[in-house]
Amino acid sequence: MSESASTIQFFTGFSVNDLPFLAQAAGGTLLISIISISIGSILGCLFGWALYASRYARYILGSILDIFRSVPLIIQLLLFFNFFPILGIPLEPFAAGCIVLTVYTSALVAQVARGGIEAVPESMRRASRSLGMSYFQDMRYVVWPIGARAMLPAWTGVALGVLKDSALVSVLGYLELLRASQILITRTQEPFIILAIVGAFYFALSYPIGKITARLEQRWQYD
Amino acid sequence: MDYTFHWRPVIKALPDLFNAALITLEAAILSMAIGIIIGLALAMMRLYGNKTMYIFATVWVELARNTPALLQLFFFGFGLGAFGWHLSPFMIVLCGLAFNNAGYLAENFRGGFQAIPKAQYNAARCLGMSASQTYLRIIIPQVFKLVYYPMTNQMVWAVLMSSLGMLVGFRELSGETQFLASNTFRLFEFFLVAAVFYYVLVKAILVAAHLLSRRLFTY
Repeated sequence: MSESASTIQFFTGFSVNDLPFLAQAAGGTLLISIISISIGSILGCLFGWALYASRYARYILGSILDIFRSVPLIIQLLLFFNFFPILGIPLEPFAAGCIVLTVYTSALVAQVARGGIEAVPESMRRASRSLGMSYFQDMRYVVWPIGARAMLPAWTGVALGVLKDSALVSVLGYLELLRASQILITRTQEPFIILAIVGAFYFALSYPIGKITARLEQRWQYD
Repeated sequence: MDYTFHWRPVIKALPDLFNAALITLEAAILSMAIGIIIGLALAMMRLYGNKTMYIFATVWVELARNTPALLQLFFFGFGLGAFGWHLSPFMIVLCGLAFNNAGYLAENFRGGFQAIPKAQYNAARCLGMSASQTYLRIIIPQVFKLVYYPMTNQMVWAVLMSSLGMLVGFRELSGETQFLASNTFRLFEFFLVAAVFYYVLVKAILVAAHLLSRRLFTY
């Protein structure tokens, strides 16, 4: 008895006290995804509009955005993170992760937004212009409400994808769910339980969003 | 900017990177093939299976779609160690990608199955085909035609996802790049070249898929 009490314990098991730590890490995941999804979506809609409206934009901007969709996110993150010290500006992992995820989101959303604009029938837009609406009024009051509904399912797919891909920012050292799981695994040596719990956290973030949008989509279809 | 780019180590390592790119492609194609088979099975289980099969397939699909691919790889890599299963890095990547691909493809296939009119099935049965013949010769070829474009997309994703192998010690394109970069301290140069490799790989897959589609779907 006295022997076991005197030995130093290197690994302490997983306990309920670790859950707040995981919740905090989930907050980190949520923060970085919300920032990059919201800014990325706005940028993506603008890019999508440009892709739709101008032929030059389609060639130049389209091929630039294509690069972000054809190179793995982890390579983009490492490249960007290693590029700024070269310029002499060291970058926080959070800032680097935010910037890369934002650009990545905007590249994905641009295609979705372009598809959304194309989904609005040409005749409807001609009708709105004939009624005396300006180009921007037509965009704001006709194309946007219809196009947004058309692009909702694809946009949700992108948003959920980015939420899950934000796990890769752990490589740069930003504390989010996956990084927290690595820290806890190192301490507790219980990878199975911890990965399952972290998986449950991700599931709890991602699953409801997918279900709610599916419901919304169905309701909008029968309007 | 007081950083000098050194490209010589990268140029010397190009053959290694090329071989690593082939490994990436191999892992992606294998995981895709396994993913298609399991995905088809899962889709049919969700559509026609009994209660247990439906629950099994649904749990698989939702887990694959709602957790990060990296977490799935870690699960196969480190999580299974709890049961005494130690997979090699290649197997980790293969299992992880196949699990993920199967989940995503199952949903595509399910949509494809639902899009085939019931009359096709009835007509084939009327002509004297058995149920398995109907599926193998009438329904599934049409489903593949419908989901061909999403499948191409998934193939591209598989190539991009295989880059996560780097974090479980698999020496594919990213892993090899990471290894060489840390040997020579030329991180930026190496990762830039790796990015170019991935870009070319993805474009090549898209072109190949386009050419293949013209041969496959002539009717």
